[in-house]
Amino acid sequence: MKIAVCIKRVPDMDVRFKIAANGLGADETGLKYDMSDFDGYAAEAALQVNEKDGKGEITAISLGPDTVQETLRKALSMGIDRAVQLKCDAVPFDGFAIATALAAELKAGAYDLILFGRMSIDSSNQTVGPMVAELLGLPCVTAASRLAFADGAGTAQRELEGASETVAFPLPAVVSIDEGVARPRYPSLKGIMAAKKKPLEVRPAQLATPTVTVTKMELPPERNAGRILGEGPDVVPELVRLLQTEAKVL
Amino acid sequence: MANILVWAESRGGELRKVATEAVTAARALATATGGEVHALLTGAPGIASQAARLGEFGADVVIVVEHAGLALHNPEATTAIVADRVTTGGYRACLLPASAHGKDLAPRVAARLGVGMAADVTTLEFANDAIVARHPVNTGKVVATVSLTATPAIVSIRPGAFTPAPNAKTPRVESVAPVVDPAASRVKTTGMTTGNATKLDLGEAPIIVTGGRGLKAAENFKLVEDLAAAFGNAAVGATRAVTDDGWRPHSDQIGQTGRLVSPDLYIAVGVSGAIQHLAGMRTSKTIVAINKDKEAPIFKVADYGIVGDAFEIVPVLTAAIRVARANH
Repeated sequence: MKIAVCIKRVPDMDVRFKIAANGLGADETGLKYDMSDFDGYAAEAALQVNEKDGKGEITAISLGPDTVQETLRKALSMGIDRAVQLKCDAVPFDGFAIATALAAELKAGAYDLILFGRMSIDSSNQTVGPMVAELLGLPCVTAASRLAFADGAGTAQRELEGASETVAFPLPAVVSIDEGVARPRYPSLKGIMAAKKKPLEVRPAQLATPTVTVTKMELPPERNAGRILGEGPDVVPELVRLLQTEAKVL
Repeated sequence: MANILVWAESRGGELRKVATEAVTAARALATATGGEVHALLTGAPGIASQAARLGEFGADVVIVVEHAGLALHNPEATTAIVADRVTTGGYRACLLPASAHGKDLAPRVAARLGVGMAADVTTLEFANDAIVARHPVNTGKVVATVSLTATPAIVSIRPGAFTPAPNAKTPRVESVAPVVDPAASRVKTTGMTTGNATKLDLGEAPIIVTGGRGLKAAENFKLVEDLAAAFGNAAVGATRAVTDDGWRPHSDQIGQTGRLVSPDLYIAVGVSGAIQHLAGMRTSKTIVAINKDKEAPIFKVADYGIVGDAFEIVPVLTAAIRVARANH
């Protein structure tokens, strides 16, 4: 299949964030960046679909400044065939603005399948994939935890709160990938070498004017320092008393 | 004056708690401007029976769209129905739950209407004619305040962030036909499997007992199940390590990549408190941790901690809760 995978470069979350001086974002000093977790699942899902068929082409697309080229190279080193950077100074927070730029690029590509991660791990909006589908008028399944294709159509499973559902859909389609579909492979040395020679095109992003803007970024209020009541089962009566009289949750 | 529309999510013919939370959030917005709350109820024939319940939380009008093709999730038809109502009704904002189905629908509705949206919000208010909301980002370690200047504003509401507040009204009920044929959707939900029907959902349970790797084996989850049963209104959750090992289904996972929960009481048993887990539960009102390692990060967020062997402590706690519940 001709597949597109849309990926985002995000900071490593395993840090204590600081707020930037302008109060509108996280301070980027010292942050490490990588492909957003779910986008890795999407890239792996694309690779597995085409490995099974033994044919097809996969394009990785990322929107952002030139630093996203590093993330696109990683996708190429996993085995993706070509990459496109939709260049802009900064990734807007407004998912619809991002979706308009991606949709313009994807429309021209005539893809059979367009994959997204379920959400980006940084802004956690979970909006761009289904917005792109809507802009392109394509069928869309979000947060697929299982995915299969046969005879030009797909089936997927989605996890709900305490339930799961099965979905059937025709191609071409947009699908966003939850974990469970496929664990992303590590790039091999051979893959890393090959990635250097694969095509990476750069085009200006055609962003719509955002209508959703961040007016403040702040750290959440700290929880009161935890209180260790003691050790062993003897402390249970004290815990129950506090749950009744102090926390008032019993 | 600003009227607010809510998509009132149901499953199996019954309203979900997240729908009453969204109505509560809408009621506060509408009241601030003297507007009305209209709830859009979509489902199989018979779903109209849920209209009165929406009135209990402050819906002035309930719009009912019944069709056999809406019995299971039908994203294409529901998107068309919601987007059409937003436009024809002239609403200032449309609220949906940030549930699996709500998160599936809200971005489609926004894109159909050509606007951005605020997702998974924990607060919501009018400020200087804009809708302003807070939304946790970076695994809950940073909170963004976002401003929506376009009309309509599309917003999804984080489950558990708004406590349903009774505000009894007798809603005017309007039945309308779907604006598209639900049977014509290209994407078809072919089936839905629910877990144990008597089991409380993690998003709706006021108390959650979660087991981690410290429980050592799948069969030892009986320990946390017994504790949950002693409460009577508790659900059982799991950490990612546990669901990755197949001890519990993925749907039980609490954390950044799983369910985000905010119960009144959260009890973590044998849970170390990895960042990705804390992101899913740190907004719980009261947190209790039981762990044998007193340096475990979970104790930093726990209101009450007990250090020690869960296999010794939890049965004693279970017995004590049974007594407390019996005397209540």
